[in-house]
Amino acid sequence: MRFKAWLWWFAWLFCISFFMMCWQMMTRDTMWVFIYDAPTQAYDLLNRMFPPRWSYLPTLLKPLWDTLNIATIGTLIGIILAFPIAFLAARTTTPSVLFVRPIALFIIVASRSINSLIWALLLVAILGPGLLAGIIAIAFRSIGFVAKLLYEAIEEVDQTPVEALSATGASTLQIIDYAIVPQILPSFIGISLFRWDINIRESTILGLVGAGGIGLELQASLSVLAWPQVILIVLVIFATVIFSEALSAKIRQAIL
Amino acid sequence: MMRTWHRPHYIIPQAKWRWLLWVCFILYLIVATASIDLHWSRVLEGFERGWRFVDAFLHPNFTTRWSDIQSGMIESLTMSLTSTFVGILLSIPVGIGAASNISTKSIYALCRFFISISRSMQEVIVAIFLVALFGFGTFAGFLTLTFATIGFLAKLLAEEIEGIHKAPLEAIRATGASWLQTLHYAIMPQVMPRLVGLWLYRLDINFRESAVIGIVGAGGIGATLNTAIERYEYDSAAAVLLLIIAIVFLCEYVSGYLRKWFI
Repeated sequence: MRFKAWLWWFAWLFCISFFMMCWQMMTRDTMWVFIYDAPTQAYDLLNRMFPPRWSYLPTLLKPLWDTLNIATIGTLIGIILAFPIAFLAARTTTPSVLFVRPIALFIIVASRSINSLIWALLLVAILGPGLLAGIIAIAFRSIGFVAKLLYEAIEEVDQTPVEALSATGASTLQIIDYAIVPQILPSFIGISLFRWDINIRESTILGLVGAGGIGLELQASLSVLAWPQVILIVLVIFATVIFSEALSAKIRQAIL
Repeated sequence: MMRTWHRPHYIIPQAKWRWLLWVCFILYLIVATASIDLHWSRVLEGFERGWRFVDAFLHPNFTTRWSDIQSGMIESLTMSLTSTFVGILLSIPVGIGAASNISTKSIYALCRFFISISRSMQEVIVAIFLVALFGFGTFAGFLTLTFATIGFLAKLLAEEIEGIHKAPLEAIRATGASWLQTLHYAIMPQVMPRLVGLWLYRLDINFRESAVIGIVGAGGIGATLNTAIERYEYDSAAAVLLLIIAIVFLCEYVSGYLRKWFI
């Protein structure tokens, strides 16, 4: 008991000294003057932001429509690409555990660890600014997310129908079509809706790096320090996110 | 007469509604894709650049910008560690306050309000405002990630506490234990194992997010990446991306082990 108490004490000591070390390294280049100044800055900023410039609202409708399209088409492309990858990655359906599965898993990890904003940054450099870069960025980011959750669902399906079908001499594709797909369909729809919801949220800021949508207006307003427009755009984004969350919850309830 | 079996449709059994939905869907696709103005010449030019990027991914250049990459990495790692630590500490009181079975009504409403604000504000937008307030650099990034971490972890903690077994809670209360003692003996043992996993998961998310908020000026590896791409130094950008992927992979691996060790 004595030993355990000492162990805990040392664990805490280690944690706190490690935290202090990280803190020191992080704030090495911090200008503390700016930080002490923050309350005045906050007051100043609030004064400049309010009231929001409501007359700017009509110009936001077209970018907002673009944003919704980026998210929806991007999600569609993403789930279409993720579907086969999930089957290649699942232990039970992959053609080869040694060769195909690691490649599919690498695609999933690479897609998941790079945020859609970074994908957009790359794609704008490659394809030029515009909606297309945003759509592909959203699609690339969605592949990993959907495929990961889907292949876990595939690995968890009830194997009895699979065995029954293979006993009738069904081909692999027929087994997938008749035994596996009916079992994973509800989770597939759930995952896709969830991702669509996240994508709406993420596509609102893709414009910051030039990939179209309402973020483009945000970037433009920020660069000329038009704070009344910035706060209006943030409010519109906020409303869109809440609306999409409510909508996806409704659809999920209706279908599942 | 022989009748063959047809598989029923899973989602919408009525053919009429199914066709209507398909028509609506295709109409939407036509309208939506019409607003993408494609310049094929630009896209063709892009293919050549895209190929250069793929090539850079196969030959990443870690050496030319190593000092930039190193300082960016250290900033990102320290930023995500400190913000996760502070976020965890602050999420505990907020999460306890937001659990309906052990909190009072007014505190519950306040904590839930804070959580929903923190969760619906995106990191990048929060970072834009905090950079405007606190200046460029890691401190704004630290605050952004801490703010997001509190909302995320407090919501999950509250849900864990609301889902605990009631029996130990009532037993400990029946002994006349104080509120803090109830917390310590009835709730902590039940929520701790899951919580450790969630903390590690948030560390992973914070590291990934730290790469993003650098783009709007909040320090870290994102700033390095942004500079590399703006200079068209794809080989250095590929090096940064590969490092991010490697660290995320490592994080996932380690957290799997740690979780097994804790539970």
